[in-house]
Amino acid sequence: MAQPLVKKDDDRDDEADYSPFLGIEKGAVLQEARVFNDPQLDPRRCSQVITKLLYLLNQGETFTKVEATEVFFAVTKLFQSKDIGLRRMVYVMIKELSPSADEVIIVTSSLMKDMTSKTDMYRANAIRVLCRITDGTLLTQIERYLKQAIVDKNPVVASAALVSGIHLLQTNPEIVKRWSNEVQEAVQSRAALVQFHALALLHQIRQNDRLAVNKLVSSLTKGSVRSPLAQCLLIRYTSQVIRESANTQAADRPFYDFLEGCLRHKAEMVIFEAARAITELNCVTTRELTPAITVLQLFLSSSKPVLRFAAVRTLNKVAMTHPMAVTNCNIDMESLISDQNRSIATLAITTLLKTGNESSVDRLMKQITNFMSDIADEFKIVVVEAIRSLCLKFPLKHRSLMNFLSNILREEGGFDYKKAIVDSIVILIRDIPEAKETGLLHLCEFIEDCEFTYLSTQILHFLGIEGPKTSDPSKYIRYIYNRVHLENATVRAAAVSTLAKFGAMVDTLKPRIFVLLRRCLFDNDDEVRDRATLYLNTLGGDGAVVQTGEDVKEFLFGSLDIPLVNLENSLKNYEPSEESFDIYSVPREVKTQPLAEKKAPGKKPTGLGAPPAGPPSTVDAYEKLLSSIPEFANFGKLFKSSAPVELTEAETEYAVNVVKHIFDGHVVFQYNCTNTIPEQLLENVTVIVDASEAEEFAEVASKPLRSLPYDSPGQTFVAFEKPEGTPAIGKFSNMLRFIVKEVDPSTGEAEDDGVEDEYQLEELEVVAADYILKVGVSNFRNAWESMGADCERIDEYGLGPRESLAEAVNAVIDLLGMQPCEGTEVVPNNSRSHTCLLSGVYIGNVKVLVRLQFGLDGPKDVAMKLAVRSEDESVSDAIHEIVASG
Amino acid sequence: MELCPSIKNILLLDSEGNRVAVKYYSDDWPTNSAKEAFERAVFTKTQKTNARTETEITMFDNYIVVYKFVQDLHFFVTGGENENEIILATVLQGFFDAVGLLLRGNEDKREALENLDLILLCLDEIVDGGVILESDANVIAGKVDSHSMDAGAPLSEQTITQALATAREHLTRSLLQ
Repeated sequence: MAQPLVKKDDDRDDEADYSPFLGIEKGAVLQEARVFNDPQLDPRRCSQVITKLLYLLNQGETFTKVEATEVFFAVTKLFQSKDIGLRRMVYVMIKELSPSADEVIIVTSSLMKDMTSKTDMYRANAIRVLCRITDGTLLTQIERYLKQAIVDKNPVVASAALVSGIHLLQTNPEIVKRWSNEVQEAVQSRAALVQFHALALLHQIRQNDRLAVNKLVSSLTKGSVRSPLAQCLLIRYTSQVIRESANTQAADRPFYDFLEGCLRHKAEMVIFEAARAITELNCVTTRELTPAITVLQLFLSSSKPVLRFAAVRTLNKVAMTHPMAVTNCNIDMESLISDQNRSIATLAITTLLKTGNESSVDRLMKQITNFMSDIADEFKIVVVEAIRSLCLKFPLKHRSLMNFLSNILREEGGFDYKKAIVDSIVILIRDIPEAKETGLLHLCEFIEDCEFTYLSTQILHFLGIEGPKTSDPSKYIRYIYNRVHLENATVRAAAVSTLAKFGAMVDTLKPRIFVLLRRCLFDNDDEVRDRATLYLNTLGGDGAVVQTGEDVKEFLFGSLDIPLVNLENSLKNYEPSEESFDIYSVPREVKTQPLAEKKAPGKKPTGLGAPPAGPPSTVDAYEKLLSSIPEFANFGKLFKSSAPVELTEAETEYAVNVVKHIFDGHVVFQYNCTNTIPEQLLENVTVIVDASEAEEFAEVASKPLRSLPYDSPGQTFVAFEKPEGTPAIGKFSNMLRFIVKEVDPSTGEAEDDGVEDEYQLEELEVVAADYILKVGVSNFRNAWESMGADCERIDEYGLGPRESLAEAVNAVIDLLGMQPCEGTEVVPNNSRSHTCLLSGVYIGNVKVLVRLQFGLDGPKDVAMKLAVRSEDESVSDAIHEIVASG
Repeated sequence: MELCPSIKNILLLDSEGNRVAVKYYSDDWPTNSAKEAFERAVFTKTQKTNARTETEITMFDNYIVVYKFVQDLHFFVTGGENENEIILATVLQGFFDAVGLLLRGNEDKREALENLDLILLCLDEIVDGGVILESDANVIAGKVDSHSMDAGAPLSEQTITQALATAREHLTRSLLQ
């Protein structure tokens, strides 16, 4: 039979794509495997067949159970051959087939014979194969040989046994742990890799015994480790020991000298491992950091991309916590912007953006502009995000940064990239008032030529909210109305809504908007026509349904105060009938708990130096939630919501945290509760608050949670009245009270009768910082000057001995809960004095600016001069009181 | 943090991204299609870079990938995002040079496929279940091509000359074939 796929040997030279495996077929190869059963084995031919089998497996082919068993039995026959090359292939094949327990028995004796052979290569490989396929019972039989192998004079045999030990420790720890003595001996081996494998195994055996690990590290750091890999291991173990003994003073950190010494090792991998370990030390000091940064800086100009990448990636991480420490590397970093390797270039840029100061921004932007054109979108997104955080850090630079964003917005790019840019511009518009008008115009220009419907509609919606509030709303109309002519129906409908918003908000534009909306009545899309008709009627253009201005605004701008999920469910359940759908029947309670979800402690995408996510703007969501509860509706405007404070230990039966909502004359505690017991249903959940240590507070309302099923978080609220506009503080003790009902886990049904029960929670405090909003100013000096010295209060404080200047600065910032300005929260290396600028809004909407001057007085004592300016001297005094009492 | 340096996979692909030989040591890619998807991603991402003189490096999906190309062979070693890049590069260099020795300097796809047995043994000698077994190319190549060795001689003492000699012998054999 002809086999057209198999090439003959003659034409192999003509065929560029020639492969010895061309046209290979599983069935045929399995047939070929019969040669394994020949009485006269041909080692060469057998090797070739095994190679073919391995090739098939490697290409992703799978064998059925029967096929695998057949091949396995055939392969075991090959132990008869004395050919070394063939034996090697047999070993690999057995490992690939991973035979079942009853099959293993067949080869056990052959492998055990090899294990005691005189040939080292047989011994080493037989150990690896046997340990891979063995189970516990067999292991006890061969344990004696393995222990011998660990201390074998041949390093390959010893390594094979040790590495097998590392794997076996996962499945049979009690057996491997008995080998400690031999492993310990192997750690002293002169062979580099034996030492490495022995150290890895010894540490894994002892990893749960802190004292033993400590001893291991202290004896080895004295210097008997030769292999670079083993030295890297030792560095990792050492930093683990340092981490676990973190309570001691930073000054005499144990083993730091060892890490520092490793920076002078001759192997690059050790130098780097040590440098990285130092940068990752908890609360690392500048003095400790400096030598590590120095070696990393050398790596930056290495000819090897791997070294440059490793160094810049580590420095990028350091820049997040210690931007000042990295500034020395800025020149080297800038030359990396043109690196061939785009990962390195991107990391360099994002590092520079983190460490750069205000004066270098413009130069940096110029360099980045050249760079942006030739990198992939994913890198561009990283850069855009870094620029966004830079702009928030230096609001004065918004002009050049905003320009940059608008330039790249005009260039080619995919959806995710464009979305990242648009999101950034929107955030900047929100946070930097000066940037609003230019930002909006950039967005307008973008939608003139935007291929993404989603982005166009988002921008149109945003324009509708922000545009009417600008100084000259009319200039946006042209851009919006152009959409009605040129775009698809979705965008046209969005544009109609935006036009209507302008009409509702700006009376002078109203007549002109009516003209435009009337034109939309002839659109060929239903939705667009419907919207235009609706808006014309509500705005009173056709005089049909004239409503009061307030109602119109509420209708057009008011956010839908019903959770969309609930609305969706209700609509699904609604059956068309005589009765029309009643939107008020939709439940308003938020079932899920989107605001206080615990951050998963696991992997965070650190990616290419992704910047830490900014604080989510949760205030809007909280405000919506609270105003939907009638009891709290008349409390006025929400001033501030704190971050969630945990009131229970991790992994308790009920997990509760609290968010403090501060209103002018009230405080609302929002308790987010989670029931972690599947067999229980909690009902009527309330928190009993004892405010005896908070004299100025009086409880006015509480809203119980009707039911709290397993693993579906819910909220209960307690509200207090407090003197209006003052920063009343106090301590509250909390008790969770509820009715608990047993749940049958199989059916999920709860019993009818419940038992009342209580659960003690931790105390909660309302502190002065709860009354200060973090609000930045773009130019502190201007703001400070214009505030004037009328209500200035200056005093000096001794802060006593502190760990470092930076620690003292952070403590005061946390105490005041204000926004650091112009990056002054970062204390430069080795400085003995520091000035920190803070700004915020005090309850009652009083702007407050603070200038903190710190100085080191003696070795550790920190002194501080506090200057406060505000619009009200009582507020200035209050800030001083906070510091004085803190 | 993973304390022992660990290798997630070693890949040897051709200039079109097809497998020559691959070895996975991690469960991160449970199915063959997941593996193929990863290989495709790595290949497309690195395809246009010049990794012929120096080992290059990239990062994606929270993996570090070091790679080096010669002719139509693309070598890759993958590690976790917290792995020491230089350790990964050392393993890659060991693999790369060992294959160079075993193929007697004729590193191309055809030669690699014709000596696939040597390449598979090479992979087997470099990493065992993710743990680095050996990273010195001469030692690896020596262990793989031990056909001509004295049964009793310690493997580690085999020098590069010996390795080349055995390689040469191998060549003659395959020519006579």
